[in-house]
Amino acid sequence: MIWNEFIECMDRERLTKLQSERLHSMVERLYYNVPFYRSKFQENGIEPGDIKNIDQLRDLPFTNKQDLRDNYPFGLFAVPPSEVVRLHASSGTTGRPTVVGYTRKDLETWSEVVARSLTGAGGGKNDVLHIAYGYGLFTGGLGIHYGAEKIGAAVVPVSGGNTQRQLQLMHDFGSTILACTPSYALYLAEALAEAGISTDSLKLKAGIFGAEPWTLEMRCAIEKKLNIKAIDIYGLSEIIGPGVACECLHQNGLHVYEDHFYPEIIDPDTLEVLPEGRIGELVFTCFTKEALPLLRYRTHDLSQLNYEKCECGRTLTRMKKCLGRSDDMLIIRGVNVFPSQIEAVLLEMSETKPHYMLFVDRINNLDVLEIWVEVEDQFFSDEIKKLEGLRKKIQHNIESVLGINANIKLVEPKTIERSEGKAKRVIDKRKL
Amino acid sequence: MIIKQLSVFLENKSGRLTEVTETLASANINLSAFCVADTAEYGILRFITNKPEEAMTVLKENGFSVHITEVIGLIVPNESGGLHKALKLLSAEGISVEYMYAFEVGDRATVIIRTDSASQAVSVLQQHKMDLIKASDIYDV
Repeated sequence: MIWNEFIECMDRERLTKLQSERLHSMVERLYYNVPFYRSKFQENGIEPGDIKNIDQLRDLPFTNKQDLRDNYPFGLFAVPPSEVVRLHASSGTTGRPTVVGYTRKDLETWSEVVARSLTGAGGGKNDVLHIAYGYGLFTGGLGIHYGAEKIGAAVVPVSGGNTQRQLQLMHDFGSTILACTPSYALYLAEALAEAGISTDSLKLKAGIFGAEPWTLEMRCAIEKKLNIKAIDIYGLSEIIGPGVACECLHQNGLHVYEDHFYPEIIDPDTLEVLPEGRIGELVFTCFTKEALPLLRYRTHDLSQLNYEKCECGRTLTRMKKCLGRSDDMLIIRGVNVFPSQIEAVLLEMSETKPHYMLFVDRINNLDVLEIWVEVEDQFFSDEIKKLEGLRKKIQHNIESVLGINANIKLVEPKTIERSEGKAKRVIDKRKL
Repeated sequence: MIIKQLSVFLENKSGRLTEVTETLASANINLSAFCVADTAEYGILRFITNKPEEAMTVLKENGFSVHITEVIGLIVPNESGGLHKALKLLSAEGISVEYMYAFEVGDRATVIIRTDSASQAVSVLQQHKMDLIKASDIYDV
């Protein structure tokens, strides 16, 4: 099913024209309403009337997360405070939080893109949507919430935490779609198995998972354990929240709602726009946002774009599942390592669980990577030679993928903290 | 003749063994025999108890990795060559010993032996009239 066929299946020529018009009016709004952008335009000799075509976007300046922090809290807002009806903020582990604002129309836009996402995942008015994303300042919970109401689904706004109650409600209410982070989905699957609840007794058919990067192997594990279709939804609060892009049931890339959020892929070093199909950093421009319209916002998420029409009929470009962030990347002994690569290795092995922690340290001027891996109960052996064999196997598999040697530490099940929000998997002691 | 032994995976951190013994004590479970194997990073507590199933359940509930292994208990006469005779019989039949540990009750020594096949080991040793301890006897030690 397609929520907005007019937009989602629009031919490219018409869409490009719409994007060009929207860029033109956005640049005008930025010039007249946001001093930060006006001075940037003036520095670069850009007059608002100059920008008439989407191809000219590549000449416009980027926006960075630091710009939001420097203009904390409302400095980049393009509307007077009276027009703002909602504020969200990121946790901001270092320094100030990132604050985002919405006008009434922005909230409508957000509901619209989430409605498209949920419909694409097979959702409709007969569904019961179990929303276990956190409600509050985090955009996950409320973002999915209004889109789910828009498609007429019955919303269970359970938010995060209290896993036992979650299981009971999911079972008793006959929830059909689960929305949460992928790591929490796995946690719920484990808790279900422990509580002896069979997935046959649930009505779950799909899950909408996002807010953190997850691998294809993790998708397979979730689909198998919960017996559902696991759909990847993408978003970031600076752009709008969840619903910037989402997979359809073909699970072959996430459709970007590019009538609102225009994607570019750039080389993070040269900042040049890369041609279609190349992997690089995702950059978004929010054409229609009123409160916080960001121009060429650098996400640091790595992806690639595919403009071919999807089997589902949608013509919107598809971004490849994000498999890492350019700033998540660890450099260990000169080798680029993404936590997602390690996750993929562990998930390929039946003996281990997808719960792991990476510790990076520098001992005697040498980078050391230690990986904590939980030993799956049924593979725990009382023979040390078998456990040592398992440890060596993990070490070998990691080395063959990453090219670096890691210390593997086997830990008891449940030793690694289960996250009910975004999973924290890396502790880099070199930075402490 | 086959005895159920429990093994618990333990991380090398202080107090972890105490948590196991505490869990067992509060469930009123008595240990008949035990040994700890250790590596630099983790250890395995192996023990025999009067209530193996109950011990398994209570440990799992408390988040431990537990495994039940079949072992045999050999009563060794307190004289030279007593253990040697039994081990020779096993190796002659190609049964390998993974590990073993001994405990003493009164003047009688008992050796717990983990082989690759507990049932084969029992039949070989019984054929040669070696003295094996019954599961029910050791559980109540």
